Amino acid sequence: MIEFTPRKIQSSFWAILSPIISIGITIFIGSLIFKMLSYPVMESLYQVFVSPFSRPDRIADIFVKACPLIIIGLGLIFCFKANIWNIGAEGQFILGTLCAGSFALLFPETKTYMLLFSMFIIGFIGGAIWASIPAILKVRLNVNEILVSLMLVYVAMLFIDFIVRGPLRDPMSFGFPLSKVYPDGAIISKVDFPFIGFLGQFHYGIFIILILCPLIWLFINKTLPGFQIKIFGSSTKASEFAGFNKNKITFYVLLVSGGLSGVAGVVEVSANMGRLQPEVSFGYGFTAIIVAFLGRLNPYGVVIAGIIIATAKLGADNAQMVLGIPKVVTGIFEGMLLFFLLAGETIQKYKISIRKDN
Amino acid sequence: MENLLITILLTSIPILLAGLGELVTEKSGVLNLGVEGMMLCGAVAALGSVLIFGNPYIGILFGAIAGILISTVFSFFTITLMTNQVATGLGLTIFATALTGLIGEPFVGKTAASLPKLEIIFLSDIPYIGKVLFSNDILVYFAIFLIFFIHFGFQNTKIGIIIRAVGDNHDSAHSIGYSVKLVRWISTSFGGMCAGMGGAYIPLALTPHWSEGMTAGKGWIALALVVFASWMPIRLLIGALIFGGITILQFVAQARGWDVPSQFLNMLPYLATILALALISFRLRHNNYAPACLGKHFLGNK
Repeated sequence: MIEFTPRKIQSSFWAILSPIISIGITIFIGSLIFKMLSYPVMESLYQVFVSPFSRPDRIADIFVKACPLIIIGLGLIFCFKANIWNIGAEGQFILGTLCAGSFALLFPETKTYMLLFSMFIIGFIGGAIWASIPAILKVRLNVNEILVSLMLVYVAMLFIDFIVRGPLRDPMSFGFPLSKVYPDGAIISKVDFPFIGFLGQFHYGIFIILILCPLIWLFINKTLPGFQIKIFGSSTKASEFAGFNKNKITFYVLLVSGGLSGVAGVVEVSANMGRLQPEVSFGYGFTAIIVAFLGRLNPYGVVIAGIIIATAKLGADNAQMVLGIPKVVTGIFEGMLLFFLLAGETIQKYKISIRKDN
Repeated sequence: MENLLITILLTSIPILLAGLGELVTEKSGVLNLGVEGMMLCGAVAALGSVLIFGNPYIGILFGAIAGILISTVFSFFTITLMTNQVATGLGLTIFATALTGLIGEPFVGKTAASLPKLEIIFLSDIPYIGKVLFSNDILVYFAIFLIFFIHFGFQNTKIGIIIRAVGDNHDSAHSIGYSVKLVRWISTSFGGMCAGMGGAYIPLALTPHWSEGMTAGKGWIALALVVFASWMPIRLLIGALIFGGITILQFVAQARGWDVPSQFLNMLPYLATILALALISFRLRHNNYAPACLGKHFLGNK
């Protein structure tokens, strides 16, 4: 009989150790899967986890891949800390992108970066509006935010598909569902490193994380609203006794998280695609959920987690090219990783002992 | 008209089956958000086994087994290791979507045999409704049977009352001697089985080809449907039929040449789900039908 005794103080030792152990177990089971599918194990692991570090431009691309994951993950910290389950970041990402992109296309041949700046604001608002639907329904009618935010992902995907095939389709695109190319002022340029030149796709948008991450850390750990979010998430009753406004917290965490997903979309599309297309996100909104958990809902943790997950994603691309391992394998790894991280939380919260039944 | 009604009924079967299973799971106090993933497992297992054995009934069996197997992963983590149910269910869907994508890859482009229609003599000759109700495949009959089975099971049988007790007050159920964790394991496995069969129905009767993520949100709609039905099996049927009708609407619109972009028609099931959840919230405000211990952990060492 396994016995769980709640710990009075949460084990901080396990808080740091459990993500590391979780990654370890995931890699171990992953190797077994590779073996079962008769791929060379060491070579597969090398491709997934080491090959992305093999060249400077590849390392730079890790940051490019991690960028949207980290920005969305930073937003999700707010929701998950407050125990609000926004799983529709994918949809908020798409809508933010769509709003900002449509705005940019209104001003062709604009060169000034004021355009890009406004796009960030519009992207934030677009994502926030999309998140405000589950937020309002949750606050006003107590409708489950999980299901609503997820349903809106499908709606957003279909909506952007309609826009780029219909109203915003470039007449010169030879029938492809693509919008016109963004004006210069809406493009985030690649970083031209002194002496080295361009490194992969490394772009200026990545530096946003350097601003966002400490800001969010400060907000959550040093301000009253941040404190309220944490208390609200860990004990609704305690936060009610303290007189915190439940609806306000729910509403704003969803808005901020949706807004940041929208910003992530603006960065991603302005830096890498430069135009709207039916697929702007490749599951970033869902992967970011894993990133937020792997980062233990700590902003700096999320940055590290984003880099780890991005490495595995790029590594999986390499593994597909070199060894023919299907790319979907990363999803299996992500799912397992989440399971083990959650099990780690149990160990952190409870003391586990084995008792002999009489 | 008859054909239209039959199509609506058939389209609603996957969400009906998955919803019925989830209803039982939730009644025992477990919120399994991995329905979408379990349905995909059922779908891929059914399709694969039919391609190997050639018999669609084997497909149902394998779909059900796959659903049970994947649900035990969820049970192990949430019931035994007490992980967060929402996040674990989400993880299950991410995991299963990728796993089925991997397993299903060799099946792309292959067509599976469909479930045969079983006409019930005499009854299927009734004008108007005969063809609609009594000339279907076995899973349609099974789903209808399941509605009443679950309805009466919860009202009149001991096991049904135990499940409800565990879902409504696990401490009391424990103190009168029932094993809360065991009841939840079994209920979750039942949910997995139903979701597996619901998933299996998609390749066996609706679209006989594999495509990655072919359930397209049906699992999530099934989850919403359980709330919409206020945890009552018979209302689940009504809800599932409404969704079947909305899904069919896009084909009707295409056939009649309505000038609405297809994307907007495809949005309808998702938008309708949101609307349904919003409307039902007015009812739930006065009387919360949800099992009281839904989503709560049971420590079980008192």
